[in-house]
Amino acid sequence: MSTTAVERPVAGVVDARRRRAVGLGVLVLLLVVMAAVSLAVGARALTPAEVWHGLFAGPESDRRLNEIRLIMETVRVPRTTLAIVAGIALGVGGALIQGYTRNPIADTGLLGVNAGASFAVVSVIAVFGLSSPFQYAWFGFLGAAVAGVVVFGLASIGRGAGNPLTLALAGQGITVFLAAMTTAVALSDRESLNALRFWNAGSVAGVDFDVIWPITAFVGVGLVLALSTLPALNLLNLGDDVARGLGVNIALSRTVGIAAITLLAGAATTACGPIAFLGLMVAHVARYLTGPDYRWLVPYAGLLGAVVLLFCDIVGRLVVRPGELEAGVVVSLLGAPFFAVLVWRGKFKSA
Amino acid sequence: MNGTGRIERMRGSGTEVKATVAPGVRLGSVSFVWRPWLAFVTLFLAAATFLLFCLSISIGDFPIGLSQVIATLFGGGEQVDEFVIMDLRMPRALAGLVVGIALGVSGALTQSIARNALASPDILGITQGASAVAVFLITVSGGAAATVVSSVGLSAAALAGGLGTGLLVYFLAWRRGIDGFRLILIGISASAMMEAITTWLLVKADIKDVARAQAWLVGSLDNRSWDEVWIALWGTLGLLAVVTCVAFQFKPLHFGDDVAAGLGVRFGVVRAILLLCAVLLAAVAVSAAGPVPFVALVAPQVAMRLARCPTPPLVASGMVGALLLIGSDLIARTALPITVPVGVVTAVIGGPFLVYLLVRANLK
Repeated sequence: MSTTAVERPVAGVVDARRRRAVGLGVLVLLLVVMAAVSLAVGARALTPAEVWHGLFAGPESDRRLNEIRLIMETVRVPRTTLAIVAGIALGVGGALIQGYTRNPIADTGLLGVNAGASFAVVSVIAVFGLSSPFQYAWFGFLGAAVAGVVVFGLASIGRGAGNPLTLALAGQGITVFLAAMTTAVALSDRESLNALRFWNAGSVAGVDFDVIWPITAFVGVGLVLALSTLPALNLLNLGDDVARGLGVNIALSRTVGIAAITLLAGAATTACGPIAFLGLMVAHVARYLTGPDYRWLVPYAGLLGAVVLLFCDIVGRLVVRPGELEAGVVVSLLGAPFFAVLVWRGKFKSA
Repeated sequence: MNGTGRIERMRGSGTEVKATVAPGVRLGSVSFVWRPWLAFVTLFLAAATFLLFCLSISIGDFPIGLSQVIATLFGGGEQVDEFVIMDLRMPRALAGLVVGIALGVSGALTQSIARNALASPDILGITQGASAVAVFLITVSGGAAATVVSSVGLSAAALAGGLGTGLLVYFLAWRRGIDGFRLILIGISASAMMEAITTWLLVKADIKDVARAQAWLVGSLDNRSWDEVWIALWGTLGLLAVVTCVAFQFKPLHFGDDVAAGLGVRFGVVRAILLLCAVLLAAVAVSAAGPVPFVALVAPQVAMRLARCPTPPLVASGMVGALLLIGSDLIARTALPITVPVGVVTAVIGGPFLVYLLVRANLK
């Protein structure tokens, strides 16, 4: 990245770089706006002044302001925070998965991460009778990690390693297997069936900071790992042989990448339930905006993920009032046609 | 790049090229390549399917000998056995047979046309479309939904849902021809949408209805009646007849768009007909047994490897599908401490088996 006198970039490259940096700024701005809207919109709509008071004012005598503060603290702020954290995690995770598998349709759902988390959550509810998300979230995380590692491990045995189809098939195999086991458990235990159907919809609501902080820590570690692996990922996409020739430690870089993906997707899935499509979708949009350089693509995908998840959560709160549509449902309902349009316009080519 | 690689490989070993030339057989307008190994495998699979079918009927709370089952099936046998076999067990066994064949053939067709092992009805949204309609009818009780269920039945409504989604995917993916990759991507987006709708319906519904819907969603052969079986049977037979007529005249259904264009418009139409048949077969299967997972994905892959064919063989895929489904149902109701829906067993068998195939193929 450094512009020394020896390798001064030509004017076009500088232009492109500036354009991408501006784009990044625009996305950050968009994220801030979305977050503000997310704080203001809900069962009780708040004015910007009320939001401000609720966020920053201390305890006051005014009963109405205290009420607003309570809404902010217990509902809106956790919800908005989780949407941002999970959105970034899923966006970056999606971009990384597509990079490491060289598979344009790769998604965390495809790799069994969601299925692993569901199975673990439902099992511990049925076996131990756990009821709070804080208790079973850890098992969900464990399930996601185990499933992700198993799928990657299976797909990287022998000659077919790195083949997109091998990975997709291994992921599909594990996913369907786990989904069936999950259903079998859920059918025998009404408590876990009930938990499963809510968790399965994918929602950023109703989660406390008790859960959000640890999740954020995991996402943070995942992001650091992800950023550290980006230059190697760029080279890996030139092909394994070229990358090896250029001095990339392929095994190490893959391991770091897998760890990052598992941390990011596992954490997001544990907190919100399976949110399909988000990572897949924003990774494609990011690629469309930035081109194939992962050092730009991944930050774009992360910010886009947060913006889209916030947007979907807000839409879900507005469309079926006084009820709510879960964010995961809205992501699928908006994402699927959007994705279909991209496909139809010939944006994706088979790898 | 790929093309030149292949030419060089061909030059390197001329024997390989010659070995692929097999004798053709022509009967009127029907012609096919005679593969003795494929014929042997198919016959073996058919025999195994028949045996398992009879075994499935003979095992139950009131055990009946295998020879008596076969005797009863061919018109002989005793009165008591006939009642148990024909009225109680036959619908279930027959449903397993028909659904298995339908799913196997459907998977073989979609995988051949899309030229991708992932292209099963589960991926193309057909199963999810059928499920969404069924779950809607189960969870939204009363009113129009109740009228629909009582007049046309849950199965027929699910059939319509699966067919509708399949057609939608086909037309959305059609853009001066059908490209396998585009078909899969559109299919994935359609299935995600249908799944989202299903999930939302489950969230909103009463927990009693949810249990019912969930049981339907995993795929089951419990409590089949002759009425339901007849619909599935005739539907499948009719569709298989069409597939047989069309597929044998146009063997190269797995060729891509470029080759199809070279072979003319008629070839494109034929492929569209076959794809439609695949969608209908899957929809019929789902309407009869629920979205039994994995059979349509695994059966063609297994048949392909058993028969040592480059693409999924249709008949053998159907047989493997039936074996998989009847065998799983047998395990589901006899071998396990608790009775589970057949879909749980197909997934538990199918998932690791698919992984085993992958690992073995990779280690070779």
